[in-house]
Amino acid sequence: MAQSLFDWSWVLDNLGEIWAQLAEHIVLTVVPVGLGFLMAFPMALASIRWPRLYSPLLGVAGILFSIPTLALFVVMIPFTGLSKATAIIPLTLYTLLILLRNTVEGLKGVPSHVREAAEAMGYTRTRQLFRIELPLAVPVIIAGLRIATVNTIAYVAITALIGQGGLGNLFMDGFLRQYPTPLIVGLVLSVLLAVAADLGLLGVQHVLTPWQRDPG
Amino acid sequence: MITFESVTKRYADGTVAADDVSFEVPEGELVVLVGPSGCGKTTTLRMVNRMIEPTDGRITVNGEDAASVPAPRLRRDIGYVIQQVGLFPHLTIADNVATVPSLIGWDKERIGERVEELINTVGLSQEVASRYPRQLSGGQQQRVGVARALAADPPIMLMDEPFGAVDPIVRESLQDEFLRLQRELKKTILFVTHDIDEAMKMGDRIAIFNVGGILEQYATPTDLLATPANDFVVDFLGAERNLKRLALIPVSAVEHEIGPLVSEDDSSSRAQEVARESGTDWVLVTDTEKQVKGWVSINDLDGQGTVGEAEIQPFDTFVTQDESLRAALDGMVESPLNVAVRVDGDGRYEGVVTHNTLTGELK
Repeated sequence: MAQSLFDWSWVLDNLGEIWAQLAEHIVLTVVPVGLGFLMAFPMALASIRWPRLYSPLLGVAGILFSIPTLALFVVMIPFTGLSKATAIIPLTLYTLLILLRNTVEGLKGVPSHVREAAEAMGYTRTRQLFRIELPLAVPVIIAGLRIATVNTIAYVAITALIGQGGLGNLFMDGFLRQYPTPLIVGLVLSVLLAVAADLGLLGVQHVLTPWQRDPG
Repeated sequence: MITFESVTKRYADGTVAADDVSFEVPEGELVVLVGPSGCGKTTTLRMVNRMIEPTDGRITVNGEDAASVPAPRLRRDIGYVIQQVGLFPHLTIADNVATVPSLIGWDKERIGERVEELINTVGLSQEVASRYPRQLSGGQQQRVGVARALAADPPIMLMDEPFGAVDPIVRESLQDEFLRLQRELKKTILFVTHDIDEAMKMGDRIAIFNVGGILEQYATPTDLLATPANDFVVDFLGAERNLKRLALIPVSAVEHEIGPLVSEDDSSSRAQEVARESGTDWVLVTDTEKQVKGWVSINDLDGQGTVGEAEIQPFDTFVTQDESLRAALDGMVESPLNVAVRVDGDGRYEGVVTHNTLTGELK
């Protein structure tokens, strides 16, 4: 019997497993992007406050970003074994370059006359940052989060090779058994996940930036 | 009141933006800083609210040394308007205007009332309150900028080319409205422009700066035009200095002559006598209510019983006491009689302004 390309019965039999891997994939995306942002944000503020820091910080984040993913996962194994941390730490480090750069550029992109006006109105430095500059940097910061999130969704699949992987496990399963159904399910779900995350972040931006919407 | 006491600003690269500058902005006056680019006028302005710190000298704001007050607190008492307006794009117009009142902790209700009042004051409709800056025209944004600067009723305002970014027609009306507002509010204002005509129009006093932060002359517009301190000032004031002076002197400031005046009921011979006495070959004619009818050449009076029977030529233009001598000169040039006829608000004859009056005033 010729094997069909896609086998719905496998999907129905393995719904629980598919859901579990999808949930795992989401966790392995949200945690690194969240942690990455928590690290990149203070780095960005420091880079604005002390501009000399920006180049070296960006340099380090750039080097981290340029290490091949698989190599970095393997390097982690002696320290963290095959735990979740082995996947999460590198994934987090990969987000730093984009998140740092976009947060700094977003803050720098605030027009100088707006900054000047805020200063002249008597804003203190901290208040000006949180009330004026950060809200105006939101579109660029979210653009960074979108790229970082979509990248991370792709990288998560690779962590299947070190025993994590979320939907990546479905790719592995399909590949090892020469059985395309799990592979296709994993592929479609990770694309849908990336699209959904991207639209979700766009939605967040829409909510946070009412001032950018067209006059109704 | 703002005073500059030997204020110098020298940058690390050696550029001098203020060179031992001393002057005083009296309470309630609008002082214009004017000069070519590179003269340090903006730097001088920005030293008042410590956006730039002077290298040397002292600036006092309402008697207090500016350097002794924490900058954010100092700035909340000083309104600030700039050419690019600098509205906060992510805040509604109402929130933009409310900036300083919020910073100094007014309660919500008081802020709401103040915002509503200010939107009216600067001639905008209440509908703009909930809009965002980019939904407004340039002229409207500039009005919001002025409202925001006025919000906490600061005694002092700094304005850096505030009307520089709008088209000439809007600029003219913003200037006029602002002057009207200033007559009521009597703020102490420092105003930067590169446009000498704007300086003349807006300033109670003008400080002319030269490249290198040198204050060349500090005087009222009329004094500046009458007695420019040096060639730089003369050049900067530009051509037609006398016309500019005339534009600044109101008709009410000069003596008007009564002129060869007759009533339309007077006899022709009486009118001819009046003309002879004043050395003219025409007379001015009013009715019994002193309303100006026009003028009659003495030749046209020949053979007429009363003035009213002769052919009366009407005047095209009149001047009133609030108009400038430049307007009077304009009227003079237009009239074949070479005089400008001055009337009161109801069109009643007051006298004539002659060429001699003008030259006498310009001496």
